[in-house]
Amino acid sequence: MDQAVQAKQDGPDRSRYAHIQGWGADLDHRNRPAYPMERMPARLAHPPEHEPEQQPITTTVFHSTERPRITPIFGSTVPPSGLSGRLRAWAFKYSENNIFHWLILLLADRINMMEGVGDDLRSGHVPNVLGEMGIKAELKHNPLGFARKVAITSAVVGVACFLIARRNGRRR
Amino acid sequence: MLAMNYRGPYRVRVQQKAEPQIEHPNDAIVRVTRACICGSDLHLYHGLVPDTRVGSTFGHEFIGVVEEIGPSVQNLKVGDHVLVPFNIFCGACYFCQRELYSNCHNTNAEATAVGGIYGYSHTAGGYDGGQAEYVRVPMADVGPTVIPPDLDHDDAVLLTDALPTGYQAAEMGDIDEGDTVVIFGAGPIGIFAAKSAWLLGAGRVIVVDHIDYRLQFVKTYAQCEVINFKDVRDMAIHIKKMTDGLGADVCIDCVGCEAVGNVMQSITGRYLKLQAGAATVLHWCINSVRKGGVVSIVGVYGPTFNAIPIGNAINKGLTLRMNQASVKRHLPRLIEHIQAGRIDPKQIITHRVPLEEAADAYHLFSSKLDNCIKTVLIPPRAVPRMAVEV
Repeated sequence: MDQAVQAKQDGPDRSRYAHIQGWGADLDHRNRPAYPMERMPARLAHPPEHEPEQQPITTTVFHSTERPRITPIFGSTVPPSGLSGRLRAWAFKYSENNIFHWLILLLADRINMMEGVGDDLRSGHVPNVLGEMGIKAELKHNPLGFARKVAITSAVVGVACFLIARRNGRRR
Repeated sequence: MLAMNYRGPYRVRVQQKAEPQIEHPNDAIVRVTRACICGSDLHLYHGLVPDTRVGSTFGHEFIGVVEEIGPSVQNLKVGDHVLVPFNIFCGACYFCQRELYSNCHNTNAEATAVGGIYGYSHTAGGYDGGQAEYVRVPMADVGPTVIPPDLDHDDAVLLTDALPTGYQAAEMGDIDEGDTVVIFGAGPIGIFAAKSAWLLGAGRVIVVDHIDYRLQFVKTYAQCEVINFKDVRDMAIHIKKMTDGLGADVCIDCVGCEAVGNVMQSITGRYLKLQAGAATVLHWCINSVRKGGVVSIVGVYGPTFNAIPIGNAINKGLTLRMNQASVKRHLPRLIEHIQAGRIDPKQIITHRVPLEEAADAYHLFSSKLDNCIKTVLIPPRAVPRMAVEV
């Protein structure tokens, strides 16, 4: 008989696990919190008697085309605005099943990033981009890695500048 | 109040933001005392999650003190110190009635695939998260759990997501006594999945990653075998050689869409975005598990699509199980495990950082610097505790 099958039939030697704290504490499936996967009634200490009332809608909230309306509870942070907001409104005309929904949202995210820089500058704040990217931690814990990134970036920019200058020279 | 503020991929800062308000009668406002950075926060940080808006505050792992409650809240009072599951759920819908709190149908208007999640983009409901001084906690009567007086707060904050997710990852593997379990990813979720696999009766636990300090940690913490996949030519063949040619009984994906290890997956998924991230680990799971085995997936992927060898999964008769963790249903048992000394979650915390240094903390965690495994952010109005400068 195959060794693995024989081992299963014999059963494992549990003394092998004596050094592992708590081994087998949830071996019995009845001890497992998510067994069975769908379990009714739910074991909440204070189960609600009815579905929640509708949260007042005081800002623009998009909802999936797979829903008839906004959910009773929703998040209201950072409502859509600007060009990115219009793109997001367009994205929500497509269902979640349509890849364009997600691609348009990703495009809106990239435009939103630039809008964020514009907002900073309009309010008189020049963003500390390197600080926001964690330059302090990089210099403290990875100075060689930082030097390598600077060297590679400089080389790439240098080569690009050289090629552009050469092309411009040929045109003259 | 001070709050983390997302400015674009790889850019976050901490600045003043308006304090949250009660917006629904069952809301509470919680003053945050600890908030963690999660591995899945890095997907937001890297700009991979659609509808992540500039100005958002991340943070779905936090604990804090109730400062204000809405008029219909009956099960919490001001002053309660609570741990808040990362799921925002109503407790009453079709899915909540079945304890599938992570799939609540009443808390995420923007997408039907998942319920509301704190600080996880508008794709997960558009809620601000807990990497701030204060946070709005909807459905306060069902979500938050008062922290038992004998529970360390560092353990409590790990009960909001990391430990329940790791445990559920192992639980979804339907582990039988003596099973061989292979866990991909030695981050916090993989570490807790490894520990949980033993609780469920595994006979052999193997963790796979490529970061040596994390492999060293999990080898000691979870008493498991480890593999650095950079030393391996073919993962599936390697696993089968370790398992008498059969493959593992259970494979668990604790990595998700930013996996490394396969050039084509990295190019198409992580760089060109032709798929929703790299499905490297899904490939390894499907091809390394034995016929009739179980693949459990808690790694986060984007909402579009991924190329995976589904034909192999069909021919091998696999069971694939996956979901976001329904934290609330796991809390009683996991608190029991902690109180009985079977698991000590706070050992994985390597960095405690003031909230003001969140930008550096994110970079540290993202780039795996300074042997970082788990970072806790401490807001200025939290209970004072020694904070390690990043």
